[in-house]
Amino acid sequence: MQHSGKSPDTCYLIPATNMNQSLINYTLQIADNNLILGQRLSEWCGHAPELEIDIALTNIALDLIGQSRNLYQYAAELEGKGRSEDDIAYLRDSSRYRNVLLVEQPNEDFAYTIARQFFFDVYNHLFYQELTKSKDERLAEIAEKSLKEINYHIRFSSEWMIRLGDGTKLSHEKIQTAVDDLWDFIGEMTLLNDTDREMLSNGIGVDLNKIRPLYFQKVKEILAEATLNIPVEEPFQKGGKNGIHSEFLGHLLAEMQWMQRAYPGAEW
Amino acid sequence: MDNHNNIHSLEMKFQSKIDAEVKIEPKDWMPEAYRKTLIRQISQHAHSEIVGMLPEGNWILRAPSLRRKVALLAKVQDEAGHGLYLYSAAETLGISREELFEQLITGKAKYSSIFNYPTLSWADIGAVGWLVDGAAIMNQVMLTRTSYGPYARAMVRICKEESFHQRQGYEILISLSRGTEEQKKMLQDAVDRWWWPALMMFGPNDSASTHSEQSLKWKIKRKSNDELRQDFIDATVLQANYLGVKLPDPNLKWNEERGHYDFGDINWEEFWAVVNGNGPCNKLRLKARKKAQEEGAWVREAAMAHAEKRAKRKAEKVA
Repeated sequence: MQHSGKSPDTCYLIPATNMNQSLINYTLQIADNNLILGQRLSEWCGHAPELEIDIALTNIALDLIGQSRNLYQYAAELEGKGRSEDDIAYLRDSSRYRNVLLVEQPNEDFAYTIARQFFFDVYNHLFYQELTKSKDERLAEIAEKSLKEINYHIRFSSEWMIRLGDGTKLSHEKIQTAVDDLWDFIGEMTLLNDTDREMLSNGIGVDLNKIRPLYFQKVKEILAEATLNIPVEEPFQKGGKNGIHSEFLGHLLAEMQWMQRAYPGAEW
Repeated sequence: MDNHNNIHSLEMKFQSKIDAEVKIEPKDWMPEAYRKTLIRQISQHAHSEIVGMLPEGNWILRAPSLRRKVALLAKVQDEAGHGLYLYSAAETLGISREELFEQLITGKAKYSSIFNYPTLSWADIGAVGWLVDGAAIMNQVMLTRTSYGPYARAMVRICKEESFHQRQGYEILISLSRGTEEQKKMLQDAVDRWWWPALMMFGPNDSASTHSEQSLKWKIKRKSNDELRQDFIDATVLQANYLGVKLPDPNLKWNEERGHYDFGDINWEEFWAVVNGNGPCNKLRLKARKKAQEEGAWVREAAMAHAEKRAKRKAEKVA
């Protein structure tokens, strides 16, 4: 990937004034979820509870970052200004990131990491299934390819939800706490913003209204199997999809983007 | 007396198998000392893979491009995989992974001292790939022909991936060598710091090595520390020239007569200090492994408890 060395402020997610810009924004909205969660999972590399888990979490991180690269490359092509995937990932500030709040939440411990992963995987699985039907061939193709990977992710995280929930008293408490704390963040994934609505009306985007009931159904099913309480509150935290993030994202980006910011224009 | 004779004849038979290049397999009779040496060496090797994940993992989150990030993640993941094969190979000798982990955490077992040095810049990731993996490969290629079957077979798989890692490291350095002044400086600085520790990876001089002679006889090793070190230096100097870096040894020069590069004295005081726990990162590395092991205990327990519950429920259903 060539680095163009262009200044960060002219970058992405400017308000859409045309279809092409909307499609770029939509593509980035998907990609950002993958990159940020991939970065979070990478924090485990070398530190997981056992070697097999270390390898599995890294696998998922690799898949997610790989997916984000496909999408960033597509966005860069759509934009047609010669920018690269790295320009998009490394030279955008947090307010221009469009990932959901859930994926930027810190790892905390293995229970949080698994709960976060599970909540995301259920969404991602439903989302990509729908995206394979997109009128945009490239997005449909990326979704098709990614689904094979996501099938593995959702199996991994669901199985761990059940193991931890229906394991020891301690593991049950830890995963229940993680579920209760992260519950707040799961509503945002299936709420439509302007970009979602525009893409939906053009036959490109996924109908999130359609997948919302399926999402909660699947989540509750696994929580029940894991012998966990299902929180009764409405999940209310939102903002990430419109660029209003939690305090955590800035730190994540500061670390991730540091080299590109410190050595502008250098190639690696 | 009978027993003594019996053991003697078993030992003779064992050695003749080794001499005839027949691989020793887990169920074969082997001298206790052979078993012990292998457990020590294979576990040391496995621990090195696992501890080695830490200095490289240190740069995953800050990797300067997505391509480099993915490559580094995959590399560190490969090392976890190598650790798994090697722990499995050690387990064939009658010791469990838990016991081996315990030995690592309590400091009873060693791992390669090289991982007690810090990775301070992105160039270190390239230098570790080029020099550290490069040195490891010298040793590992030899070990694909080691006399113990499971170890040799693990090594064949590992070698394939390691040579890929080395090329990947070298490629990082090539990019730096073609980059800005700052990048070139970063490159030279990394090579300055990693060169001597990489040479130390081959262990003490043959004259000072305690385990070498017997290991050669048993064909656990097939080349001495000094031979391997010389092979590595001879192979690496040209690569350094191509990168345009200076190896930090004023005495490094081609010796026509020997057909090898001569090189300066290794600082063995530093080597032993690091082996004995006083390197820059010894405490840090062990602490990280210990933390992962301790903080992961509840997860492993939960998995076990759940598996037991399932098995019980299944049995009840059948009944």
